[in-house]
Amino acid sequence: MNIFRIIEQLSEVDADVLGRFDSRRAVFKTLGETAKKGALAAAPVFVASLFQKAYGQTTKPSVIEVLNYAQTLELLEEDFYAKMIAAGQVPTGAPAAAITLIKQHETAHVKLLDATIKALGGTPVTGIKFKSSVFPADYATQLAYAQALEDTGVRAYKGQAGNLMGAMAGTTNLLQVALQIHSVEARHAAHIRTMRAQPSWIPASDSSLPAPLGPVYTGAIPESNTTQSGVDITKLGAGYSATDAAASFDEILTMAEVTDASRAGGLIGA
Amino acid sequence: MSKIINSSEDEAGFAQPLYVPIKRRSFFMYAGATAGATALLLSGCSDDDDTVTPNGTVSLGSGDVGVLNYAYALEQLEAAFYAAVVKTPATDFKTGELAYFTQVAAHEAIHRDFFKAAINRDAPGKIIQDLTPDFSKITFTSRQSVLETARTFEDLGVAAYNGAGKYLKTAAYLVIAGQIVSVEARHAAYVRDLISNGTFADSSIIDATTGLDKAMEPVDVISAAQAFIKEKLDATSVGK
Repeated sequence: MNIFRIIEQLSEVDADVLGRFDSRRAVFKTLGETAKKGALAAAPVFVASLFQKAYGQTTKPSVIEVLNYAQTLELLEEDFYAKMIAAGQVPTGAPAAAITLIKQHETAHVKLLDATIKALGGTPVTGIKFKSSVFPADYATQLAYAQALEDTGVRAYKGQAGNLMGAMAGTTNLLQVALQIHSVEARHAAHIRTMRAQPSWIPASDSSLPAPLGPVYTGAIPESNTTQSGVDITKLGAGYSATDAAASFDEILTMAEVTDASRAGGLIGA
Repeated sequence: MSKIINSSEDEAGFAQPLYVPIKRRSFFMYAGATAGATALLLSGCSDDDDTVTPNGTVSLGSGDVGVLNYAYALEQLEAAFYAAVVKTPATDFKTGELAYFTQVAAHEAIHRDFFKAAINRDAPGKIIQDLTPDFSKITFTSRQSVLETARTFEDLGVAAYNGAGKYLKTAAYLVIAGQIVSVEARHAAYVRDLISNGTFADSSIIDATTGLDKAMEPVDVISAAQAFIKEKLDATSVGK
């Protein structure tokens, strides 16, 4: 294993290769020591982590940043449902009861995240509102927006799980709390989808949302994805349809994708 | 050790793939190599290859592979249940319900098959055996019995994944678990609504004050699931 040779080769395709490492001197010093200790077996892992740092997407957001991102989405949902109830278009009975229950959960999530961010010494984001100019007047479109918000929320929380590994607030495991919110959002999404006569899960091709909400199901990894961890799901067992393969796994959205103007980012405003 | 490392033959063998011109795309493989390395560590971390103890108890194992086996056990149970539901549908199913359960049966069979493939790939020899379901308490001809059992399994599955995420040390597995648990939550919500519309996230399952779903520890989940599995399962080392 010749690290210098690898870097030399990399420099042919990426002139800035050395500039990507924290400190070239530190890198070579560490490598030298690793070799001296006879732990060269660990070198591939070390080299891989080196490149992961150098070429990795972005630096990991802090726990406070992740929680404030979650809070942004919860505040957006809470305000959306408040506007939906205030608009008075939701039929009484089961629909009104469902929207009221969902709104209560979003309010509970807002309170929980607010307290958690404060407990960690952070400043909770406030003042996030669902843009009034976008808020639809009719019940059917309101439900479509609710579906978009819930399915986006599910994808957003899922996308942050890795950033909360090992995160604690006192004795509370924050990853677990995030997962406990995540599955509630999924239950909401399922019910709203059912209210719209849609399957409660997301099939391979979901065109049930009117423009401009379609991008809820797109992304670097779209909901139509049928390959998980390198495994082609359609080829497992005796074979599965693309729709079943896509529906059996929900997909993540990154923070940048969620806050993009084509998705939740475009719904936040005055 | 140093002798082996210094041997020119090994050096050449190890480094050879790196001497071919590297395209920009392919060197990202090196950045991704930690995932493979982790898999190697996984397969090497437990010292007993035999998941069945002498007294016939099936140990789910420890570390990440223990969590994967734990999920695999639950998915085996769910898949077997829905396969039986589809094979002998309740005589009083309402319109659309058999079609619904047919799709859920496919989702759960996919989860089962996925874990089987992933465990065999990442931790060869560590997978638990095929489990034998015990559905003697379920009346498959009865819609009510089927719906209530489905609710039990789905809510239990959600609580299981929610409680197990923190035990995973490999981020990629955590994301997969997250991708599956939300589908289980969708199933749970739907079957709850079939039993009684509006109960998809009622206070019997979601804490009204915190708005949180349930999270259960592996031993508690297995204790609840044990009544439906003939083999005795041991989850005490899952994630440890």
